[in-house]
Amino acid sequence: MTGRQLITDAQNTWCPCCGNFTIQHTLKAVLSDMERAGTSLDEVVLVTGIGCHAKMADYLNINSFYAIHGRALPVATGIKLANKKLTVICCVGDGDAYAEGLDHLIFAAKRNIDITVLVHNNRVYGLTTGQYTPTSPLGFRGRSTPAGTAEFPINPLELMLASGATYIARGYTRKMDQLKQLIAGGIGHKGFACIDILQICATFFNMTEYYNAHIYDLPADDKSDFLVACTKAREWDYNSEKPIALGLFYRQVFPTFEDRVVREPVQKPDRKAVISAFLGAQQ
Amino acid sequence: MREQEVSILVGGKAGDGINSAGAVVAQFLNHLGYAPYLYFDYPSLIRGGHNFAIIRGAQKAIGVHRDPVDFVLALNRETVTRHQERFHKNTVIVFNEDTVHADGQGVPVSRILSEEKAPAVMGNSAVIGAFAKAAGIPWDTVHAVFSAHMPKGVDLNLRVARRAYDHVMTVLPIPRLGNRRLSLITGNEAIGLGMVAGGMSFYVSYPMTPSSSLLHFLAENAGRFGITVIHPENEIAVMLMALGLAYGGQRTAVGTSGGGFCLMTEGLSLAGMAEIPVVLLVSQRTGPSTGLPTYTAQSDLHFILHAGQGEFPRFVVAPGDAQDAYLWSAVAMNIAWKFQIPAFILADKTLSEGVYGIDPSGIPAIRVDEPLSWDGTEPYRRYADTPAGISPLTFPGTHGAVVKMNSYAHDESGITTEEAGAVRQMSDKRARKSAGLAAEMETCETVRTNGVPGNGTAIACWGSAKGVCFEVAEEIGLRAVQPVVLSPFPKVQLTYALEGATRLVVVEENATGQFAALLRLHGIAPDATILRYDGRPFSPDALLPRLREVIA
Repeated sequence: MTGRQLITDAQNTWCPCCGNFTIQHTLKAVLSDMERAGTSLDEVVLVTGIGCHAKMADYLNINSFYAIHGRALPVATGIKLANKKLTVICCVGDGDAYAEGLDHLIFAAKRNIDITVLVHNNRVYGLTTGQYTPTSPLGFRGRSTPAGTAEFPINPLELMLASGATYIARGYTRKMDQLKQLIAGGIGHKGFACIDILQICATFFNMTEYYNAHIYDLPADDKSDFLVACTKAREWDYNSEKPIALGLFYRQVFPTFEDRVVREPVQKPDRKAVISAFLGAQQ
Repeated sequence: MREQEVSILVGGKAGDGINSAGAVVAQFLNHLGYAPYLYFDYPSLIRGGHNFAIIRGAQKAIGVHRDPVDFVLALNRETVTRHQERFHKNTVIVFNEDTVHADGQGVPVSRILSEEKAPAVMGNSAVIGAFAKAAGIPWDTVHAVFSAHMPKGVDLNLRVARRAYDHVMTVLPIPRLGNRRLSLITGNEAIGLGMVAGGMSFYVSYPMTPSSSLLHFLAENAGRFGITVIHPENEIAVMLMALGLAYGGQRTAVGTSGGGFCLMTEGLSLAGMAEIPVVLLVSQRTGPSTGLPTYTAQSDLHFILHAGQGEFPRFVVAPGDAQDAYLWSAVAMNIAWKFQIPAFILADKTLSEGVYGIDPSGIPAIRVDEPLSWDGTEPYRRYADTPAGISPLTFPGTHGAVVKMNSYAHDESGITTEEAGAVRQMSDKRARKSAGLAAEMETCETVRTNGVPGNGTAIACWGSAKGVCFEVAEEIGLRAVQPVVLSPFPKVQLTYALEGATRLVVVEENATGQFAALLRLHGIAPDATILRYDGRPFSPDALLPRLREVIA
């Protein structure tokens, strides 16, 4: 299929000014570029969790697996293992990836499975109407924590570095061109790519002014130094009043999980003969 | 010694290699023309504790041990003191005389090992060699079994065994029978072979007794079977990874026990809603919770039949022995893909880790059925509504197809919907798959029977209790029935099998009578239940008195 209509007929139900629109249009632009460059979109799969972000599966006219909350990553891992030729992209929320499915995120990074994860990090639960998430700042007043949270946010970039991800970036929904480059770079990277996308929630946690006042762009220099990346990732801890770096933090090339575990070429033994031989040896 | 059969107990502490020693003894019986069965009893620890195996050989294929034993191979003193009630007046005790004092055939194990410069781990070979002589097993048989079944150090093991063989006397010769040699495999191996025969390409599992030995078996043999084996971070990932693999077109199975299956239930419900084929081995152990990790139970029947939110078709098969397990594991793979549903192989510790003799020339022929595929003539809709409720499959990467799976209620193209008509339409579609599955099962032999078919008293059992119930029914002339398929419930075939029965006794290994309740739900009223729930499987010797009590 070429030149396909990339948006489905499904009715869009995101709130006006939601950051998800930016991510959708950015992803659409990246897919169009891929198609122009010769990639068949028949070989692209989108996997989502559950949350506002996940409606992307209904809205984009590509192969999709609309999974369950927190579990997009093991599904995506299975898809990549099933067919290494597929380009597998995950759209997940911050509650999805950093709370319910944190174990899967760490293990996907640890394995360096060649998938690209876009974390729609609005730092609040939107679809369940406004509770804190793992990246909400200390003291965040949500509907489950009316007196303010009593816990610090986690720093997902630091976590991804510690876990073994080989492409780590932070984007922002108000900087679409940069976001497009980061997503395209993640898809092009052979290995586990995690892009934490600061996304405003127009209804429950609108951080637009704060982000606009604190962001700056990382220089386009060498990104292979782990310690430099760690220091940079720790500059802003998702809580304190610090400059917020945007761009690519770390990139390194390592063997991928699917190449290590799936034998090539796939051997097709005569199973009947193999089973008979096994049974014969047990006599 | 019972006529035309023999029972041998091998005991020692964990780490003594009791299971391997038992496997060698089972092969001796196999080579003598007996149909062997091995029951392995061990606590959940790595070193210490008491392990024992009971190896029984009979004239006909069996699936259960007997309590009295004719020979005891005692690697430690506890083996003699602990099993006194199993001994009869002619029981022969073969023992390591360094650690055990008993009447019988003592073997100077440490002296033999030091003279042969053999490592301590070969001490079992000395006791096995002495047993062979005491039982009148020809040296050629010992040589043949050691050569074929010892993974390494055959020559040294044989020298150690020979020294002990020459040290003792033949006291209770085991007569040779004329049966053909069988293949000795565990229930889990049979399940694995059936999955492979059924076209499995991926096996995904997180270790949990008593399913782990299937993970080990398939991982060890992945190359020769042409499969890939993955051990992910937890059972949640296991199930979801399997669903991703199936979406990508790979026939995938997962394996666990009850506790791990608890974590898989959200993925199971997803498989039901998104109509994704997946095969699950759930091997039961004693619960609730961590329970008795290495002991058996049949207490997850209702859990498996009802797990997962919402309503969706599922296939549940509970094989009774290795032969059943091989056939039905392959069938489960085909059924999962034909109907795009989860298919369960419900086993238990007794089946998973018991060793059964199967005739390799008699294993059923398996065909890998291709699922209904998209023909490309119309735009692809993953959930296209059809008369049978089964939508043609295709996989991402197929030219011209957009394949959309969805955990939400969805329309035919896989896009989320909350529209009442579409929700009802998809629910009806899934229900038609249930009906189709039930109709297909009517064409298979889903209920097994044994004993005297016309007898008015019938024993109903399921799963591994088949071994004990079929044997007891034959022994005292009752009728025995075992539905292999439990969902869809084989009402027609079971009713037929129970025709004319005036008294129905249910035997199962749980405390609440779960199978009896299932029968009642389907209009079949048991008159009595015989339950065991201490982690140990019934032997005929334990079951018979209780059976006589309820049918008196």
